[in-house]
Amino acid sequence: MATTTSLDTSSITYGHTGPVLKLENVAIAYKVRGGEIEAVQNVSFEINRGESHGLVGESGCGKSTVAWAVVNFLGANGYVKRGSIRFLGRELTGRSGEDLRRLRGDQIAMVYQDPMQALNPSLRLGDQLKEVLTVHRGMADAEAARRSIEMLERVYMPDAADVMRRFPHQISGGQQQRVVIAMALLNNPALLIMDEPTTALDVTVEAAVLDLIADLRREFDTAIMYITHNLGVVARVCSKVGVMYAGEMVERGLVEQIFKRPQHPYTQGLMRCVPKLGADKASSMLYPIRGRVPPPHSRPIGCVFGPRCDYAQERCRMERPALRTMPNGVQVRCHFAEDIDPSQWQPHEDVELPTLREVVASEPILEVQHLKKYYEVSGSTIKDILGLRPKSYVKAVEDATFTVQKGRTLGVVGESGCGKSTLIKTIIGLEDSTDGKAEFMGFDITGNIASRDIKLIQELQMVFQNPDSTMNPSYTVGQQIGRPMVRFKTVPKKQVRDEVIKILQAMRLGETYYDRLPRQLSGGEKQRVGIARALASHPNLVLCDEPVSALDVSVQAAILNLLLDAQSKLGTTMVFIAHDLSVVRFFSDDVAVMYLGQIMEIGPAEAIYAPPYHPYTEALLSAVPIPDPTAAQKHIRLEGSVPSALNPPSGCRFHTRCPQRHFAPEGGAVCATQIPPWQETDNGHKIFCHIPLETLRTFDPVISHKEKD
Amino acid sequence: MTVAQPALGASKRPSRLRKLWDTLSVVLNSRIGTVGLAIVVFWVVIALLSLFWTPYPPNSSLFVQNLPPNLTNVLGTDHLGRDLASRLMQGTQVILLKTRLPGDTHVAIPGGVALWGVFGSLFLGAILGLNAGYRGGWWDQVIMQVLDALIAFPVIVLYLVIIAALGQGDLVVIFAITITGAPGVARLVRSLALDIKTRDYIRAAETRGESLAYIMYREILPNARGPLLVDAMLRVGYAIFAIGTLGFLGLGLPPPDPDWGNMVNEARRNIFLNQWAVIFPSLAIASLVVGLNLFADGLREEITRYQK
Repeated sequence: MATTTSLDTSSITYGHTGPVLKLENVAIAYKVRGGEIEAVQNVSFEINRGESHGLVGESGCGKSTVAWAVVNFLGANGYVKRGSIRFLGRELTGRSGEDLRRLRGDQIAMVYQDPMQALNPSLRLGDQLKEVLTVHRGMADAEAARRSIEMLERVYMPDAADVMRRFPHQISGGQQQRVVIAMALLNNPALLIMDEPTTALDVTVEAAVLDLIADLRREFDTAIMYITHNLGVVARVCSKVGVMYAGEMVERGLVEQIFKRPQHPYTQGLMRCVPKLGADKASSMLYPIRGRVPPPHSRPIGCVFGPRCDYAQERCRMERPALRTMPNGVQVRCHFAEDIDPSQWQPHEDVELPTLREVVASEPILEVQHLKKYYEVSGSTIKDILGLRPKSYVKAVEDATFTVQKGRTLGVVGESGCGKSTLIKTIIGLEDSTDGKAEFMGFDITGNIASRDIKLIQELQMVFQNPDSTMNPSYTVGQQIGRPMVRFKTVPKKQVRDEVIKILQAMRLGETYYDRLPRQLSGGEKQRVGIARALASHPNLVLCDEPVSALDVSVQAAILNLLLDAQSKLGTTMVFIAHDLSVVRFFSDDVAVMYLGQIMEIGPAEAIYAPPYHPYTEALLSAVPIPDPTAAQKHIRLEGSVPSALNPPSGCRFHTRCPQRHFAPEGGAVCATQIPPWQETDNGHKIFCHIPLETLRTFDPVISHKEKD
Repeated sequence: MTVAQPALGASKRPSRLRKLWDTLSVVLNSRIGTVGLAIVVFWVVIALLSLFWTPYPPNSSLFVQNLPPNLTNVLGTDHLGRDLASRLMQGTQVILLKTRLPGDTHVAIPGGVALWGVFGSLFLGAILGLNAGYRGGWWDQVIMQVLDALIAFPVIVLYLVIIAALGQGDLVVIFAITITGAPGVARLVRSLALDIKTRDYIRAAETRGESLAYIMYREILPNARGPLLVDAMLRVGYAIFAIGTLGFLGLGLPPPDPDWGNMVNEARRNIFLNQWAVIFPSLAIASLVVGLNLFADGLREEITRYQK
């Protein structure tokens, strides 16, 4: 039965010549208590075979809602209110669930953000893959197994036959996402929907998955709908892109055109929010878009972007613009698209821009030497419990040596699990260190916080990653910012309120925020309060643990500006952790690159991002998605996954994955046996590698531009 | 960012009572919660009324014994000819409104035995649970093993042991309810603390070098109040039930105030003569317990709905 259906649909697939998916003036609404909310309005686009169409925009702009509408996944209270969704020429709206299932058959596949949730943890991967074929197509087991292995090989899964026998937790995150993609492709779908498929992955893994998607687009004749918030990812995998804002498509066209000459003010604003890889705070500036995305129930009558637009005029407030096709074929939803010249753009006076202060090299404030942090692992065998076996340790930080000078920022980059977070937890005293020396303002800080003087604690504060858990939901903004002042007695009790309001104003929040509870704030506002709390006791050193990675790009730009401003006003020293290399480059004066608990390269930011590179840094840089389709990047991909910190590789920790190992003495044999030397170039730039500096210097820069603009 | 800010929650610091009402009023959105609230409010009103007025003095034998409900005695009379309605009304006081101190002083403190008992178990349970959950390690092991051992005893045995050791009295009953209720509260608070202590705001407090007590009672405990409030409502129901059981066994709240459980016990001997004297006190216990349970259910439903 199932076989005949799929035969039917496939014959229709091949008979159909128009676009695979065509949306016309689609509006999607959710019924809520006391009315309904139109989450998406007037969205029209089509995707042809072999085309990869990106949808970008900030969170809450309706990207995922569009995808869910296509697969009828809107939930009990959501429905397509107007417009038509045609898949292979057939209307999908207004049909019952069973009808839809039959129409779509196995022709639409979807890949989600988190691969671990798409795979059943208690079934072998092979069984899950085969099931797609045996259930949908009624294929015999052996045939299904053969096809599954073939497909795994096509997604470049090493050792495919073996992977079939494994469980999801036995392979890495990037490999899991490959399996999910393989599963989606098994039925040779006409449309593949990808909803942020690489957002949860590390940059090197992301690069490999993006390569795979780009290859698949060429090989398979599949239409791909690619949803992401990352402009760089779009530039790498998509041919066309639609920019969504507040439930509307505001600009749509070929990727090259949109990136080269964005015509909608929102698209232009987005581009100005993202730091370019290689840009720093001295030479460039980030311009956040003022205001915030309006919630669906209070969108303006006129242009949805009007209240935040620098070019808004009377007509924009009164009349909602239509999506118009411009002479170069790009569709733009703006009344004045022809008149806007982005090169003449000046930031609006409401936009907060930091004033920078030249930082001169001065005395070191934080000195760390050979710092180690090991975690003891308790085994579960009887021998372990009785203590008969030697104890094993996770070597989270191995030999960290660096200094931070007063008023400067040290950026720390590396993939997840490389020990960045452990390093700053050890510095701030949430963990005590296992070995080594660490001095802050001349005081020893190797012990944990209980062993430190309160004056020392006051000078070391931290900004956290997750805006939703950085504030205690039970206390008001004012109470939480005031607490450090009360605790450290930096301000007399009676003046705490005034002082808090001063800080709130410095964070551009204003007095009205004093009595608000965290649930009344947006993510960016919460993060501002988190920063205000960290700065409230006027610390000398602030540790920032990915403070912007959970935020939308326009908010991210505002928060980075705020941190820069606070730093230059207060002269605060910072250690800044992030996985986004462009952000770290932009924000930091010095950068340390970590791999498996070991600092691989350290030095001034501009030196790290140009040759000579450590091979690992080179690989990281070539993996970063760049929001510029004209930029050419060296293609270096790391094999395999990060080894376990429980039993790290001998010699150089990176030797198992190093793509340049053959340049090292003895053809790379030393890398496995000997710990590499620290090779110093000029101005404090140090590389932890066996490859001679002269060889490293000959490497080409990772990024080059095909055409200069 | 400050542009286009709607004047949300115009600044006036909300009072504590106001906050409590904000939490409790969500229960009106739930039908069963509203029914529960109505039943509970009914009994609270009865209790308040009984402070000033009952149809007849509850402890004087003014009527014929074992009367069924009639126009003079709305709910009938008991085996000593006392008015059942008046005794039921008076019986709410010891549960909900007053706790008599020992001795013949006739001094009472506000708050009934059931409420103080639940407050006691919340207080003790929260301290134990926070220490076990936040400190972890040996603290956790020792506290939870002892509490688990306590849970292993049948509750009624614990009651009997405590009352046998300390004698009858309101305070002893409160103590018994506290001891039997604390392990359950401690487990709940421990599980909440284990979750809450992973949040970044606890890290922030630690990096400020806050004391253990501050982190446990000021940072963690306030965020556990929703589930604790629901649990407390359920526990008041259990406590009333426990008081009824003790009264029935003759070990409950001492005279002169009528005790619902004791009323059932005494009327039981004449059950073939007069069923009403058993039915009405039993109904009173059941309705108050069911009311509190419904209220707690509604509260839980509504609180978890807005948690996201």
